[in-house]
Amino acid sequence: MTHDTLTGGFTEAPQQSARAFRALMNALARPGSIEKITGASGPAPLSVAAATTLLTLCDGETPIHLAGDHDTDAIRQWIAFHIGAPIASRSEAMFALGTWQALTPITDFPIGTPEYPDRSATLIVEMDALSNIGATLRGPGIQTSAQLSLPETTAFQQNRLLFPMGVDCYFTSGTRIAALPRAIKVEAN
Amino acid sequence: MSDQAYNFAYLDEQTKRMIRRAILKGIAIPGYQVPFASREMPMPYGWGTGGVQVSAACLVPEDTMKVIDQGADDTTNAVSIRKFFENTAGVATTEKTREATVIQTRHRIPEEALTEDQILVYQVPIPEPLRFLEPRETETRKMHALEEYGLMHVKLYEDIAQHGNIATAYAYPVRVEGRYVMDPSPIPKFDNPKLEMAAIQLFGAGREQRIYAIPPYSKVVSLDFEDYPFEASKANHPCDLCGAEHTYLDEVIIDDEGGRMFVCSDTDYCGERQANGHRGRLSPEMEAAQ
Amino acid sequence: MYVAVKGGERAIENAHDWLAEERRGPADIPELSVDQIKSQMTLAVNRVMAEGSLYDPDLAALAIKQARGDLIEAIFLIRAYRTTLPRIGHSRPVETDKMACDRRISATFKDAPGGQVLGPTFDYTHRLLDFKLAADGEVPEAATAAPLQGDMPRITEFLNRDGLIQTETPSDEPPRDMTRQPMEYPAGRPLRLQALTRGDEGFVLGMAYSTQRGYGRNHPFVGELRIGKVSVEMDIPELGFAVEIGEITLTECETVNQFHGSKTQPPQFTRGYGLVFGQTERKAISMALVDRALRWEELGEDNLGAPAQDEEFVLSHADNIQATGFLEHIKLPHYVDFQSELELVRKIRSEAQANTLKEAAE
Repeated sequence: MTHDTLTGGFTEAPQQSARAFRALMNALARPGSIEKITGASGPAPLSVAAATTLLTLCDGETPIHLAGDHDTDAIRQWIAFHIGAPIASRSEAMFALGTWQALTPITDFPIGTPEYPDRSATLIVEMDALSNIGATLRGPGIQTSAQLSLPETTAFQQNRLLFPMGVDCYFTSGTRIAALPRAIKVEAN
Repeated sequence: MSDQAYNFAYLDEQTKRMIRRAILKGIAIPGYQVPFASREMPMPYGWGTGGVQVSAACLVPEDTMKVIDQGADDTTNAVSIRKFFENTAGVATTEKTREATVIQTRHRIPEEALTEDQILVYQVPIPEPLRFLEPRETETRKMHALEEYGLMHVKLYEDIAQHGNIATAYAYPVRVEGRYVMDPSPIPKFDNPKLEMAAIQLFGAGREQRIYAIPPYSKVVSLDFEDYPFEASKANHPCDLCGAEHTYLDEVIIDDEGGRMFVCSDTDYCGERQANGHRGRLSPEMEAAQ
Repeated sequence: MYVAVKGGERAIENAHDWLAEERRGPADIPELSVDQIKSQMTLAVNRVMAEGSLYDPDLAALAIKQARGDLIEAIFLIRAYRTTLPRIGHSRPVETDKMACDRRISATFKDAPGGQVLGPTFDYTHRLLDFKLAADGEVPEAATAAPLQGDMPRITEFLNRDGLIQTETPSDEPPRDMTRQPMEYPAGRPLRLQALTRGDEGFVLGMAYSTQRGYGRNHPFVGELRIGKVSVEMDIPELGFAVEIGEITLTECETVNQFHGSKTQPPQFTRGYGLVFGQTERKAISMALVDRALRWEELGEDNLGAPAQDEEFVLSHADNIQATGFLEHIKLPHYVDFQSELELVRKIRSEAQANTLKEAAE
């Protein structure tokens, strides 16, 4: 067990997780808006935003899939110590973490069922940067339209066709986070 | 055991995570009822346990909370729930709609338009809009999955055939973003048009173990027919205290002869109008002048 | 002039003070102690533990005292407390074969190994008010005998040996937990049993009674009813073995039910099962009957449309804390909704009146 494993959790869990959740909720409820989220940190390449998201939403009841460079011993140990979530395959994950390249194709993740569309995965996509220049977003949470620097558009358009099933995505970069819920229509610019 | 023996906002962290995950799914699938493992709360089921759990999962120490029941801050159950959050979360509370960051409500949407910086949490008794047409959860779940809402339209149409009107005055069903038919909780249908708003709306049904949501600016349509369009009706009077003609009114019986007056159900809104000099038929100054 | 009602907070405080005074009763009468309730109102304590889903006689007694003897209110207090407790781990399944029985009877055999043990039962008391108790409740010591050594054999196993009763297949699959996961239908037997054991005694009794009267009749006999102590063991990963963490009293009932066989199975007896905290035999027997009625599908029987066969109906209405909360919530103000109905009725009436006048004029 390294030093990294034991550090980086919340120091004041009830308050920090509450603030982090509000950032997560605002991001998801207003697709395109970029929120600041802090409180936790984990071993590289885990961003503060992704680490805080995991710590806020995950526990022993939420299998996590680690994709690509995020599947390291250090991150696995950090998750085991702070969160206690089981590490899972793509098809069994409730949460998945990685870069877009590592997470695609996203069609392997659970999308829920017609009766229970909530039984779907949430992807945490680590990004080099996040900005409001990029694809145009329309749908619930957006007054007219919004823009977000999505890594691509086709996969999200296909995901939208599954509605009300589908996956929801968070995009994390440093201490910033944005979201794209399944209901949003995406157009390339 | 003192209040300090309980966690911030009462619920333990694992329970909050479970509720928070459900809230996020609700936001991602507008109008869909997300099952959640509702906990027993120190207040009875049916008295706002769903709303309380949702609020508890959302509150941050910096929040200012407002609690209303029937539109009023001083109804006993609103007082009781506000006290609960003062004690367990230590958050500031207010009666001013404008100052609140989180508003928990039973049966009303405040008159003043809410902003992007606010969250409106509804207490929901029966979240299933199809429940009174089909009592079985196993059946209604299939109906939602298949978008099979014909039964609801038949019911509304039978009302028209029998009464000449749709005989639903509150908890009037809506369709969210063209997909799920949703129960907006027992708000009067007067409030239905306000369901399209800038704030995040969260609905908690504790006993029935469901959470659902309407993201800001979502399209929310009250079910109706072309020849019988939806009508957001109210008592055909102005408020007798502030003179407002555009607010939802309570009818109050004021004497043994059946005399009555109409006053805003939203007490904060009415009070502010009066403070700004608006007067109604029975305002003290008006009565003195008569 | 009209003034909106204010001062809800003060009203609530005053109500609470009055309530506390009423709970205490006249000051010249000695206060009831929690120990007295725990040791002399044991069956009430047992019911509160069973339906509160928390085995703690001290807390149950405290809850009964606080609730002024209203057992549903006491159950509510226990449930609300229970839900705040951290979950440290799971025990191993308790071994009721190893129960140290205070009572053990079978209605299906005149006698059986282990014998019929009546135990402390009301069964054969004549229900005559004992006026002596009003003055003096002291009693002579009851006769005792040496406890039987070893396991208490299960009556239904005698039938099982001959293949006359259907075998329950053991499973290592962890059951869903109704206190941690939302209820989902079809629920399946483990969830059904959880819901029934903490369900309202009156409701479960009524459902069971309805099956006896013909609404889904399944001809039950009490194969065995046993009440006694079992030890609770927990695996401690650090130690690598299980340790006993305590002892609880349980009531277990297995019914033997007639079965005519189906297309695929020869005639065989079937079982219903009840297991409840404490000495709670009315509840345990009721639970076994309802459990059996709910098994119609799995046993290839017909759905007779009886209420007790309807899993969603039984499970969604068995919980008295949910039921009482929702029932009593109609005491809360509903004047906003009432007002909107009032307006609607006025509108429909005035339209109808206008139509009548119009028709009369024509």
